[in-house]
Amino acid sequence: MLSQLTIFELTEKLASGEVSAREATQACLDRIARVDGQLHAFLSYDAQDALAQADAADQRRAAAGDGRLLGVPIAIKDVIAVKNQPLNCGSKILGRFISPYDATVIEKLKAAGAIVFGRLNMDEFAMGSSTENSAFGATRNPWDLTRIPGGSSGGSAAAVAADEAFATLGSDTGGSIRQPAALCGCVGLKPTYGRVSRYGLVAFASSLDQIGPFTKDARDAATMLGVLSGRDDRDSTSVPEPVPDYTAALDGDLKGLKLGLPKEYLVGGLEPEVNDAVQAAMRRLEKLGAELVEISLPHTGYAVATYYIVATAEASANLARFDGIRYGARIDGKDPIDLYGRTRGAGFGAEVKRRIILGTYVLSSGYYDAYYLRAQKVRTLIRQDFLRAFEKVDAIVTPTTPTAAFKIGEKSDDPMQMYLSDIFTISCNLAGICGISVPCGFTKKPKLPIGLQLLGKPFGEEMLLKIAHAYEQSTNWRREKPVLGI
Amino acid sequence: MDYEPVIGLETHVQLKTRSKLWCGCANEFGAPPNTNVCPVCLGMPGVLPVANEEALRLTALTGLLLNCAVSRYAKFDRKNYFYPDMPKNYQITQYDKPSAVNGHVDFEFQGGIARVRITRAHLEEDVGKNFHFDRNSGVDFNRAGVPLLEIVSEPDLTSADMAYEYLNALKDILIHGGVSDCDMEKGMVRCDVNVSLRPKGSPELGAKIEIKNMNSFSGARRALEYEIPRQLRVLQGGGKLAQSTRRWDDVAEITEEMRTKEHAHDYRYFPEPDLMPFVPGDAWLEEVKRRVVELPLVRKRRFMSAYQLPASDAATFVDDVALGDFFEAAAKGAKHPKVVANWVINNLRAKMTETGTSLDAVRLKPEHLRELIQLIDDDKISGTMAQDVFGQMFASGETAGKIVAREGLAQVSDTAAIEKFCDEVIAAHPKSAEDFRGGKAAALNFLKGQVMKASQGKANPQRVGEILERKLKR
Repeated sequence: MLSQLTIFELTEKLASGEVSAREATQACLDRIARVDGQLHAFLSYDAQDALAQADAADQRRAAAGDGRLLGVPIAIKDVIAVKNQPLNCGSKILGRFISPYDATVIEKLKAAGAIVFGRLNMDEFAMGSSTENSAFGATRNPWDLTRIPGGSSGGSAAAVAADEAFATLGSDTGGSIRQPAALCGCVGLKPTYGRVSRYGLVAFASSLDQIGPFTKDARDAATMLGVLSGRDDRDSTSVPEPVPDYTAALDGDLKGLKLGLPKEYLVGGLEPEVNDAVQAAMRRLEKLGAELVEISLPHTGYAVATYYIVATAEASANLARFDGIRYGARIDGKDPIDLYGRTRGAGFGAEVKRRIILGTYVLSSGYYDAYYLRAQKVRTLIRQDFLRAFEKVDAIVTPTTPTAAFKIGEKSDDPMQMYLSDIFTISCNLAGICGISVPCGFTKKPKLPIGLQLLGKPFGEEMLLKIAHAYEQSTNWRREKPVLGI
Repeated sequence: MDYEPVIGLETHVQLKTRSKLWCGCANEFGAPPNTNVCPVCLGMPGVLPVANEEALRLTALTGLLLNCAVSRYAKFDRKNYFYPDMPKNYQITQYDKPSAVNGHVDFEFQGGIARVRITRAHLEEDVGKNFHFDRNSGVDFNRAGVPLLEIVSEPDLTSADMAYEYLNALKDILIHGGVSDCDMEKGMVRCDVNVSLRPKGSPELGAKIEIKNMNSFSGARRALEYEIPRQLRVLQGGGKLAQSTRRWDDVAEITEEMRTKEHAHDYRYFPEPDLMPFVPGDAWLEEVKRRVVELPLVRKRRFMSAYQLPASDAATFVDDVALGDFFEAAAKGAKHPKVVANWVINNLRAKMTETGTSLDAVRLKPEHLRELIQLIDDDKISGTMAQDVFGQMFASGETAGKIVAREGLAQVSDTAAIEKFCDEVIAAHPKSAEDFRGGKAAALNFLKGQVMKASQGKANPQRVGEILERKLKR
């Protein structure tokens, strides 16, 4: 099946003329038509527009044009602005909003020749770990339709796992790329804060958000990251760090590399099958030449609490603009305050409201020092934990999630349980470092993917990709496909 | 009991930048509604602010002009509140790390120099403007995101007049420094007033009452002229004042309560995560320092002491800096700078107005004016001639010496030549000579006129008078 190819394989076939961009795009559209009724990874897509872009890509190639992603169909999480396409962030509050501009990452994808199509489902405003918080209905896990795909970028993970797109973009604020990648069985990369421009990413928590790719393997992640990265004059927090050729760093063995195992991550609640798979992956990494070293990240226990203060505080301000005045859905009122109350009351879902209220509270006069200021200090300590650890090790290895995908509805009444499914991924965002999740096995009954997380130094994506690629090449997990469309 | 007012001002000034604070939209007044807007200043989903460096430079420059310390570490914060004119429902401002702190403004007040300390000057974004129609309202976002400097004074002001003079002095400084055009008609300056009363001599401050919504300096003065007696009446009547915010009604000319402390906004400030802290380096600050200009009051005082000019002339050269610079160049080494000032103000400025010429297009050079005045001082030409020569100099840019030589205008002060003219005139008009000797002083003027005519206006009139008198009295 054409849509099962990796970007690497597809671009070879496109270059040789064996496959056209139109055929590749049509393959994705056919696959979506076949399986997305079950999955609901896509909120919308414009087939005509996608095919028109594909034809343009084919013409560009015929005119000897190139581009690292020329003719590769890539779908986008509904939180990233694409000009003339809907932008809803999984929420009702944006109404029929059509983005008037392209995010920087979208400009980069288009410049590289990609076919940018489709809006992928997500937890409303990227708040959630299961995609159940979407105002447009949950996305289902391709491996078990009764289970969640993870979140918040659940649609992005499911679409890649189900071969509906060759790659997708997601965003990661506390694990929203790595966690669904693990639960759906694909590769998800969260770049270092500042590596990829946030211009055009609808902010959840500005100091934690980062855009990243979902791909079928580590090599494709390297290709995507090379296209997406770089300083952007429209994002003051993007960093002018040179962008290496990430694919060039993939080869070579792991001899002499030191990998850290944080002792604080051996927490209760880790599913035995997940633990077994991660232990096996560690032994595999040792065989590949890496040395495993126990390390300590002493402030790990405070990460979830710190995260829910910093993230909600920023979110309470970031989401204030959705007021029904300039765009989006509006429910009129007798005065502005009434209008805001009605519009936001009807437009936002329960989880978003919960976080806005929490964020408003922690910033309130009299509580600021005890919560927000304290959380910022703890955040600095968490970052220092990691920087100290990286003096001893080249990367850190952990499970991506404590469990495999849970059932739809299983945790939706218990926000705390839901928050705890992010315990391994949250610190990475607080520290501003990079992380990747790669498939490392399956549970037996039902067969559900398990993810291995690698965490790297700031701007240490090359090292992560090299380890991920070496591990991946020594296993066959990526060749396993969910059975769908029956 | 005697009470004294304690007044502090928060002045908001739009900065003179080409573009807005966070985006490339034009910072321009008067465009049709919602034409100078883009996704960034409309607060569309996903956009990010990028600081306008010129706005940061003008902020630092203002700090220097107001004798402030310019911060080596400034940052931006979000001030949260909902209002339809606010695109993001938070305003990006500088909360606890402003760009400039601890300055002062000196200004003339009641015949002396008063000083008001400046607490801080910080950079923030302006909001849009609401319009109310019959059945609905609209918002024009052209102004949203325009760079705004908030200048906060210490409560050093003690009267409505003093507040008014301070505001005018502040405005002069900002216009002079090229920081803002301060055009009140265009809403470029707005101020909030904090005023309280306390028993005279008491170190404690009374309940702070903030008055908002004054859109002119005279409005601020009138609001204070209303509010101070109002507070006084409450206190003298045994009442108590509570911390509150009031609104100035410019039509009714009264202040009215908007909200009390219990209902004060909680703005939930926190650091703006989309912008990096601003940490200017030495080179950057040096560049800003080079843009510092002489303060208006300093310039006025200097012109008065260095050139012995009256306050009105000095003020003219402060208001019109280029004209003052022209004067200074022309007055270099002049024995009587006041004479130079008269020529610049009375002749040069009048000619410029008459011909609609701007100073940079004037062909007459300061040293040419100096030469002309020297010719008068040396009795080379008369004052009347000088007017004529000046006219030609202004028109052609030629030097006075050149014009005088070409036109043969040099004044005749040579006694022998004048004596000859006088003898001829006395001989030709015996009757007038007789009249003078008989006591008719007016006859001398007639004879003087005849001598001037005979010399074709070149004779030094003073010498002519002296010689005629001597000859007739003999």
